[in-house]
Amino acid sequence: MVAALNWMIALPELVLACAGMAALMVGVFARRDAWNTVSMLALATLLGIAVLVLSGEAGVGLNGLFVVDAFAVFAKVLVLLAAALSLVLALDWHEREGLARFEYPVIILFATLGMMMMVSANDLMSLYVGLELSSLALYVAASFARDDLRSTEAGLKYFMLGALASGMLLYGASLTYGFAGTTRFVGIAEALTAGPAPIGLIVGLCFIAAGLAFKVSAVPFHMWTPDVYEGAPTPVTAFFSIAPKVAALALFLRVMTGPFGPAIEQWRQIIVLISAGSMIVGAFAAIGQTNIKRLMAYSSIGHVGYALIGLAAGDHAGVRGVLVYMAIYVVMNAGAFACIVAMRRQGIARERIEDLAGLARTSPMLALAMAVFMFSMAGIPPLAGFFGKLYVFVAAVNAGLWPLAILGVLASVVSAFYYLRIVKVMYFDAGDAPFDARPAALSVVVAATGSATALFALLPAPLVAAASAAARSLVGG
Amino acid sequence: MLAVGLGHYLTVAAILFSLGIFGIFLNRKNVIVILMSIELLLLAVNINLVAFSAHLGDLTGQIFVMFILTVAAAEAAIGLAIVVVYFRNRGSIAVEDINVMKG
Repeated sequence: MVAALNWMIALPELVLACAGMAALMVGVFARRDAWNTVSMLALATLLGIAVLVLSGEAGVGLNGLFVVDAFAVFAKVLVLLAAALSLVLALDWHEREGLARFEYPVIILFATLGMMMMVSANDLMSLYVGLELSSLALYVAASFARDDLRSTEAGLKYFMLGALASGMLLYGASLTYGFAGTTRFVGIAEALTAGPAPIGLIVGLCFIAAGLAFKVSAVPFHMWTPDVYEGAPTPVTAFFSIAPKVAALALFLRVMTGPFGPAIEQWRQIIVLISAGSMIVGAFAAIGQTNIKRLMAYSSIGHVGYALIGLAAGDHAGVRGVLVYMAIYVVMNAGAFACIVAMRRQGIARERIEDLAGLARTSPMLALAMAVFMFSMAGIPPLAGFFGKLYVFVAAVNAGLWPLAILGVLASVVSAFYYLRIVKVMYFDAGDAPFDARPAALSVVVAATGSATALFALLPAPLVAAASAAARSLVGG
Repeated sequence: MLAVGLGHYLTVAAILFSLGIFGIFLNRKNVIVILMSIELLLLAVNINLVAFSAHLGDLTGQIFVMFILTVAAAEAAIGLAIVVVYFRNRGSIAVEDINVMKG
């Protein structure tokens, strides 16, 4: 089969790659203050690419390596939104921390490019190249505060474990290629439907699932998450917790339901196990944390567990549930990290939970927003987080995965404990001096994400309809 | 004389891959050894892919190897750069010294 080159299908990615290199040139040749120029350029690029993505057409291109469908468009828009939000959080922070170097927005652009490639991968090769492009950029972003010991240690740990995960994924890819005879997703699915699945293909599936589980920080492969989240500069942590997670989960969905779709009975057990493990670790390990970034790391592990419930269901309702969950997760997590970025007293960034004490008196609006995000993450009904959980739990029950849904409900009850503890510290503990004045951009992000989280219940239809269409393009139904 | 077939290549690759994994987890001395182990993992995968490619009579595997070699070079560069900035801050790259944050 010789598919057409059809490179126009990858236009947003091509433009993003050129814009990234152009931004690098602007940074190099500008006399000074390239940080602001390049950051604004990067933000404008991300928004422009979102428009390009939304106006593009569906199809397969680059000789079958690259696919654009409603699912890819949905995930790409989420990734671009997440990247833009985290870049806004970085604007002021990086200047105050002496990190205002123009390389940062360029790294974010290239990481985003890699994530868009991952989401659109239709072949093990494009999967690998996209994954590495984003990972390599993320290793650098984690150690971006190069004179800070904790940041470089975060980068080092992320690099070592990330490279190990890529190695496992590649080993799985090589076995899959050998036993299916092709790297095309369509071809792998055909090899699996042709007869009883060869054992090599199932081993390859396990290795690929392990590599992807690392990238979404699901449980047996989550060890790096707390250290990297704690050590990396806070806006970088914000970026880590949203954009790569959406991209890796989208890739996980595509790989499991697409090429390995016929082997659902084999991978469902794996997904059920890592989903249950992630929910349990996310609920219990976060309880003893005193550092809010570490707490958010365990919280994100838990959220991945909930999202993977939808993948375990593996049908249209499940995939739709994951997409709705991730969209809501991006918004509320970006908002929570905007509040964490605002935690700065006498010019020094604070990241202990006690530092939030008395926030309700010194800065009532910020405290209210943080409370909304915490209630939403705990899944308290009128807020957005509740609906995200509702969709995946309903999908699990309909697919006969009762125990997983019950475990999910129990885990969210346990995790409500530490979310509510933050609310308690903000509203009832005696506090310190107020935080430093926060820049307007931060307030705008907090207000926008906060109202979106609080008022989602009024207008859920557009998001659910878009997620439903995206899920239909992936699994039908 | 023993004919060398696909199975032999896969066995060598599997042994190299296991060596790489053990090198990462059992090594308590030096971060550079971990970088070497990562390289070993990727080369094991390359042997697998080339062996499969020759066995299947299909070029895709060898093209995949080209991509992996390129990415491995970039990965080594970034890994060494991170090790260098870490050494500047910590004054050591012994594995047991990478412990500022618990976990």
